[in-house]
Amino acid sequence: MTTTTAPRKGAPAHEQAAELQASARRAMTRRKTWVWIGRAALAVIIVGGWQWFTSAGWVDKFFFGQPTEIWTSLVNLVTQGTAFGTIWENLGITVQEAIYGFLLGTAVGVVLGILLGSNRYLSEVVGPYIRIVNSIPRIVLGSIFIVAFGLGVFPKVLLAAVLVFFVVFFNAFQGVREVDQNLVGNVRVLGASPLQVAIHVTIPSAMTWIIASLHTAFGFAIIGALVAEVLGAQQGIGLIISQAQGTFDPNTVFACMVIIAIVTLGAEYLIGLLERSLLKWRPPNRSEAQAV
Amino acid sequence: MNANNPKRPPEVPERAEDAAGIDIVGLTKRYLTPKGETFTAIRDVTLKVEPGQFCAIVGPTGCGKSTTLAQVSGLEQPSAGSVSVHDQIVDGITKGVSYMFQADALFPWKTVLGNVLIGPVLLGTPKREATVLARDWLRRVGLAGFEDRYPHQLSGGMRKRVAMAAALINNPRILLMDEPFGALDVQTKAIMQNELLQLWEELRPSVLFITHDLDEAVALSDKVVIMTSSPGTIKDVFAIDLPRPRGDVQQIRHEGRFLELQGQIWESLKDEVTRAYNLSAGAAA
Repeated sequence: MTTTTAPRKGAPAHEQAAELQASARRAMTRRKTWVWIGRAALAVIIVGGWQWFTSAGWVDKFFFGQPTEIWTSLVNLVTQGTAFGTIWENLGITVQEAIYGFLLGTAVGVVLGILLGSNRYLSEVVGPYIRIVNSIPRIVLGSIFIVAFGLGVFPKVLLAAVLVFFVVFFNAFQGVREVDQNLVGNVRVLGASPLQVAIHVTIPSAMTWIIASLHTAFGFAIIGALVAEVLGAQQGIGLIISQAQGTFDPNTVFACMVIIAIVTLGAEYLIGLLERSLLKWRPPNRSEAQAV
Repeated sequence: MNANNPKRPPEVPERAEDAAGIDIVGLTKRYLTPKGETFTAIRDVTLKVEPGQFCAIVGPTGCGKSTTLAQVSGLEQPSAGSVSVHDQIVDGITKGVSYMFQADALFPWKTVLGNVLIGPVLLGTPKREATVLARDWLRRVGLAGFEDRYPHQLSGGMRKRVAMAAALINNPRILLMDEPFGALDVQTKAIMQNELLQLWEELRPSVLFITHDLDEAVALSDKVVIMTSSPGTIKDVFAIDLPRPRGDVQQIRHEGRFLELQGQIWESLKDEVTRAYNLSAGAAA
């Protein structure tokens, strides 16, 4: 860009380039500031509006809670703990269930997805059944797992894993299907065995799809663990939620939601880091490049 | 290790006697369409490529040129007839073959170096040796210093060079090229054609080169084969007696003999192209 603009009279080209650079940087800072101002304003409108409507009595805070009281419950949860032990113990249980479920579901999903994606016969045989299983409301399986395996950690892990599995499986399956057949032909001609084709072509190619699915998958893992806990547990955030529901205490429910949201955001961030390191070969996102 | 092992150091290229001839006899390929009907892509194709010969195949779109290459590589099996390479009937993947496609079949997740060294690595060459070889080949195609880039960071011409290095690093006996320069702009195409000719002169593999570009076919090859469309058969074969080394493909285009040959081939090709166009126009109407 700098080379195409005619230099002004008296100003050396390098000076003008520096000037352009500086003005571009100023424009970017200005844009970023406005985005943050917009974000803050939105938060103030929503939380402030909620507080205002409930304290004015237009909305009943007995049913819908109130931001200040949610904050109080949050502080209470952290300082005084719950009937089932400290909040950290309960959170630890829930996160543990979600992580185990996430890992189990991802592992099985990736393996089966790649296997079925690369084997046409298998995929045609199993395909309709997967679609049937996918269309049933899987969350209900939680009831069965709790009846079958009791109130411990295992049924929660299982429900989280089932929810995660389908998300990851369909992405891995599709990812394998989208592999560039020219690439496969190319390495086969060069003498690659089926295993080498998988290592060098199929798996790296499906990785884009699989990693994209992990973002949603962790959310599902948390949902699975929470719902299974609500259905029946001895400890965990889900239990606190169902207990609060029983005592008509929406503020504690919201406080638990806040805690879980923070955990999920943290996990999301970690998955983002993983994505960036595994997919560093990808061309930079168009929208990132246009930010200037 | 048998004599057909293509894993050889590139510094001592063994010439034509080592390249394999391709003998296609009565080759027919039928496909099963999803509706369960059969579709004949090529019928009764008979073609002989001498060892070390550069053979171009020209024909209208959809005449089964790519299908022919797939049978030679062994990626697909013929429905009838046979393909022999080095007097051996192709049954499974042919050894010592490299493929180059129109869309550059590079691994987007591997660096330039990783893309080139995949060939020797798949043959079981230790990584260290493969890296040395790959660096040498990148230097030969003028990409020294770009080893750590990813394909998306390169221009179209540079990606072609990477693909060329990746195709030639195993010192193939047969090079199958499916419209390799089809997507390039005219100037880049001319540069790549010259580089291909130079590398071919050094290594002398047998080449089957598919193209739509008649000038390209005449300028590069020893033999031009015209194929008819649906089902693909061979219509004419022209020997190109332009002296080698050809030098600059841009220069050769103006020579009398080139124009004469090009005119003859166009006469033969014209009818086919018109017929194929009318067929597709009729189908569209």
